[in-house]
Amino acid sequence: MRAIGQVVLFLLGLLAQCGPALGRPRLIVHQIYNAGARSLIIVMLSGLFVGMVLGLQGFDLLQRFGSEDALGIAAALGLIKELGPVITALLFAGRAGTSLTSEIGLMRATDQLTAMQIMAVDPLRHVVAPRFLGGVIAMPLLTCVFDVVGLFGAQLVGVQLMAVDRGAFWSQMQASVELNDVTEGIVKSCVFGLACSLIAVHSGYTAEPTAEGVGLATTRTVVVSSVLTLLLDYMLTAAFL
Amino acid sequence: MIVDVRDVEYRVASRVILSGLELSVRRGRITAIMGPSGTGKTTVLKLITAEVAPTRGRVLVLGQDLATLDRRQVFGLRKRLGVLFQNGALLTDLDVFENVAFPLREHTDLTEPLIRALVVAKLNAVGLRGAAELMPSELSGGMARRVALARAIVMDPEILIYDEPFVGLDPISRGVILRLISQMNEVLGITSIVVSHDVHDLAEVADDGYLLSGGRVVAHGSPQELLASDSAVVRQFMQGIADGPVPFHYPAPDLRTELESVDDA
Repeated sequence: MRAIGQVVLFLLGLLAQCGPALGRPRLIVHQIYNAGARSLIIVMLSGLFVGMVLGLQGFDLLQRFGSEDALGIAAALGLIKELGPVITALLFAGRAGTSLTSEIGLMRATDQLTAMQIMAVDPLRHVVAPRFLGGVIAMPLLTCVFDVVGLFGAQLVGVQLMAVDRGAFWSQMQASVELNDVTEGIVKSCVFGLACSLIAVHSGYTAEPTAEGVGLATTRTVVVSSVLTLLLDYMLTAAFL
Repeated sequence: MIVDVRDVEYRVASRVILSGLELSVRRGRITAIMGPSGTGKTTVLKLITAEVAPTRGRVLVLGQDLATLDRRQVFGLRKRLGVLFQNGALLTDLDVFENVAFPLREHTDLTEPLIRALVVAKLNAVGLRGAAELMPSELSGGMARRVALARAIVMDPEILIYDEPFVGLDPISRGVILRLISQMNEVLGITSIVVSHDVHDLAEVADDGYLLSGGRVVAHGSPQELLASDSAVVRQFMQGIADGPVPFHYPAPDLRTELESVDDA
């Protein structure tokens, strides 16, 4: 409970500094690049393979009922509502989250954050808020990329390999995927972005200023972000049903 | 007095770091705070910069009692201080120029040409005008500390605090830093507080010296007075004697008893 209280207080302090941080878009754009653009390759590769697996498994399941033409709907709903946001969040925690934690933790260990405070500069505003906002903005964008590449992967397997009708694949998807489904995916990715970015910057900011401390904080980021993502996913899925 | 530390005690849990500390820094002077490792020298700096608050006693800096200041006022006071950290603490994602310009960009509305002129002047003062475009990772230890010094003086502080400025430096870099400490004091009229255990280096530039041991001041005077002192603690530290009032051995059980217990086992 105490740890949760500390994170909530940290979040309140951080949100208070997000306004001033928004006045320096250059810092935020740089962090979107760090958290987002640098994660693109891993997100696209994972999206492609997840989509291809979804295509194979979906085809195998649907053909038992003679409805393999519905593969487009199954792949789209699976990716947009569930796999896209969740897997992107897990990848984000492993790639960008650990990077944020170790960077801020090392700044703590090398007295850079203390130096800022001594120069009368709040590190929450200058260091933490831009990284937090960068992560929050990058997550939905990465999720969109994951979804698009995943759909391409499912189509590649379903249409090109398993000979599902191309027209049926796309038209059924177009007809059955509703705005609510897309909204669910976007809301999930935004919530996961908030949670994973918060955990990452908080772990780094509160890391012990030693090599071991930074290592432990980085591990904590991955573990807590992953578990929290899955917990939040269940809660959000239940809320949208 | 520009800094006045009065009867300060500082504890971490039940461990006493400083006890009954009395220390004064006069305006325009170079004051050295010396003492063995782990004796609370850096804690004194943290008290002066309001990074930590004393458990008991008062700390007055530039006439303000730190205990009465809120966060905004502490930040206002810190703008009048410059601190040179032991490792420089340069921001690793900014180049040398931007590191020195950082306080100006954060606290002033100066135009870009004016910022450039100020930064170039400060870098020139520490002899690193030509290194403006280098990243911190490309600097040697001595260069990093000089850049940090340029950053510390860019806002023209009234007090400049040096935390172990000579640690890990080669003789040339030590000489450079010593010369800069002296110059900053003479040319800019900055009051300097230097925390170090390099007695002989400090003796060259300091006007006053405080010797700390066991969390309290054990001697005070000019470096020459400290070097000539008869006190056993002062002599041990100033002459680098391995054993004395500050024991060579960390407290431990009797060696014979311990060895016998090993044999019995």
